[in-house]
Amino acid sequence: MKTQHGSEKVLWGVGSIIVVASALVPFAWIISLSFKPGDELGNGKFLPRSLTLDNYSKVFQNDSFLSALRNSLGIALIATIIGVALGAMAAYAIARLDFPGKTAILVCALAIAMFPPVSIIGSLFNVWRTLHLFDTWPGLIIPYVTFTLPLSIWALSAFFREIPWELEQAAQVDGATPFQAFRKVILPLAAPGLVTAGILAFIFAWNDFLFAISLTSTDRARTVPAALAFFTGNTQFEQPTGAIAAAAVVVTVPIIVLVLVFQRRIVAGLTAGAVKG
Amino acid sequence: MAGIAFKGITKRYPDGTEAVHDVDLDIADGEFLVLVGPSGCGKSTLLRMLAGLEDISDGELCIGDEVVNTKAPKDRHIAMVFQNYALYPHLTVRENMAFPLKLAKVPKDEIDKRVNEAAQTLDLTENLDRKPANLSGGQRQRVAMGRAIVRDPKVFLLDEPLSNLDAKLRVQMRTEVARIQHRLNATTVYVTHDQTEAMTLGDRVAVMRKGVLQQVASPSVLYDSPANLFVAGFIGSPAMNFLPVTVEGGKARLALAEIDLPAEVAAKLGKAGRSLVAGIRPEHFEDAALVAEGDRHKGPTFTAQIDVVESMGSDLFVHFNTEAEGGLGGELESVGREIAPGGGSRSDQSVEIVARLNAASKVERGAEAELWFDAERVLYFDAETGENLTRRPSVEGGGEGGEGRADGGEVAGPSPAGR
Repeated sequence: MKTQHGSEKVLWGVGSIIVVASALVPFAWIISLSFKPGDELGNGKFLPRSLTLDNYSKVFQNDSFLSALRNSLGIALIATIIGVALGAMAAYAIARLDFPGKTAILVCALAIAMFPPVSIIGSLFNVWRTLHLFDTWPGLIIPYVTFTLPLSIWALSAFFREIPWELEQAAQVDGATPFQAFRKVILPLAAPGLVTAGILAFIFAWNDFLFAISLTSTDRARTVPAALAFFTGNTQFEQPTGAIAAAAVVVTVPIIVLVLVFQRRIVAGLTAGAVKG
Repeated sequence: MAGIAFKGITKRYPDGTEAVHDVDLDIADGEFLVLVGPSGCGKSTLLRMLAGLEDISDGELCIGDEVVNTKAPKDRHIAMVFQNYALYPHLTVRENMAFPLKLAKVPKDEIDKRVNEAAQTLDLTENLDRKPANLSGGQRQRVAMGRAIVRDPKVFLLDEPLSNLDAKLRVQMRTEVARIQHRLNATTVYVTHDQTEAMTLGDRVAVMRKGVLQQVASPSVLYDSPANLFVAGFIGSPAMNFLPVTVEGGKARLALAEIDLPAEVAAKLGKAGRSLVAGIRPEHFEDAALVAEGDRHKGPTFTAQIDVVESMGSDLFVHFNTEAEGGLGGELESVGREIAPGGGSRSDQSVEIVARLNAASKVERGAEAELWFDAERVLYFDAETGENLTRRPSVEGGGEGGEGRADGGEVAGPSPAGR
């Protein structure tokens, strides 16, 4: 029993190392690239011989990158807020009410989440141009909300179901309107769920490339992943590898910060002690 | 402060099942009414309809002079303590208790004053800034009570508030609840499945079974003059003993003994011409050697083979079996199953009897003992309908409620001589 336990541990360890390494080594390589001076880029060495911040200063002097960063932040944040707010209300209704078509809504939401965006992108391009949404913030926010909403609804309705119904009944007896009960009792308790859903929605919007490249044409609404594709070297013979690496690191940092900051909230079991226990 | 009136209240679910059937019940202003029954009898549903948490399918519900059928819970001026307390886990004790006042837009000083007062009453002052998760079960229970009393509600609802506490704390909080109710003098409806809580707390007790109100009366009337087999079996611990009985020529023949019936009782039972069940409370048995000389004529003596003797210190609980030819009839079987699911050693041939004897009794396990019972206190029930045939007419209206709380002290049985 003991030895089996030991070998199991080793297997788990090896598996974890493989998974973590395959995810982190490329990222480490990008970080390394971003600090390499131009003549070292192709040398195939992991550690740069000399460190330089040139790539970063180049990136931050690039107007299209800066406007792309602004667009990315703004669009992702707005899409997240709208998505989580709508998702929370929809999920609450689904968790608490019995209404005709409830299952249909959930199935539709799942279908949308599974739907390959690439199959609608062509027609969306034309529709957006007709509606003058092409190359605007709303033009990207709308599809992001559409595709993150199902996920929020599913995650949050599971979360709301976990909250004892007595709590909001108690709130109602205590004199709260249904909306007050939702806002003052249910939402604070669902905070970890809201944060989780929010982070997932934010990451989706932040990372999206397909909509960003197809539905934008200028710096007005182009986000970072799309903007990266338009990076050019100083001359047509120079690859912008270093700058792309630096930009990639810059766009990864917000996500890492986000997850680190909210990790504890996501894990925290806020409902402890609500009922008997 | 307000009375409550249920008029033909019914709860029907979409699939057609009725959780509560046609309940008529008046609760006086300031009265402490306990709703009691086995689980699934509809008592909680009735309470939740009163709170506005369940829709009322049929009937009219009044609090004070207002019909509140369609009013939202917040407009009914009620306070409720939930079985699992339903404290807001993200708020401190102080914030929990202040929550209803904040919603009611009470000024801040007033909120502080009332919360501090309630905390003092409930001995929670030191815990005001802690979160519910860091409190013990008893403290959480008190916070839930506190949240209810700070509001000065018209009606105070408690849904099995003590069932999550351990036995000792439960007794302690029971006294506390009684004290608080007395001090607030608020109309109180208390739901429980524990007949001891019901008997000790209620001004009146309403017994429910399968959604139907069985009897509403003061604890003593309920105990001495139950409306039917169900109430008789549910109220009292240990439960009333039931025996098959045949009545012939003014005599009731029980497996234990034959007793003479007073003419008035014999007449009632005789004309029925149906199978009957006799009910004897454990305390109406006694060791024959210890019966006072003046009481001896009231009942017969018999010998029994004692199976188990349980000493409670103050009393002895003695178990013995007696034969019961032909069983006890359908109604009693189903009542037995509802009150003690899975329990009960009744078979077609024998019935287990529990007798409560004086602690001075010398009965021993496995030995024969001579016992006596008070024939005047025996109740007779119709075995089919369960109806108590010996219930005095004056309390027959008990099931309708509305007779106030002054109707206690009635003694049932063939002769009201008592002890």
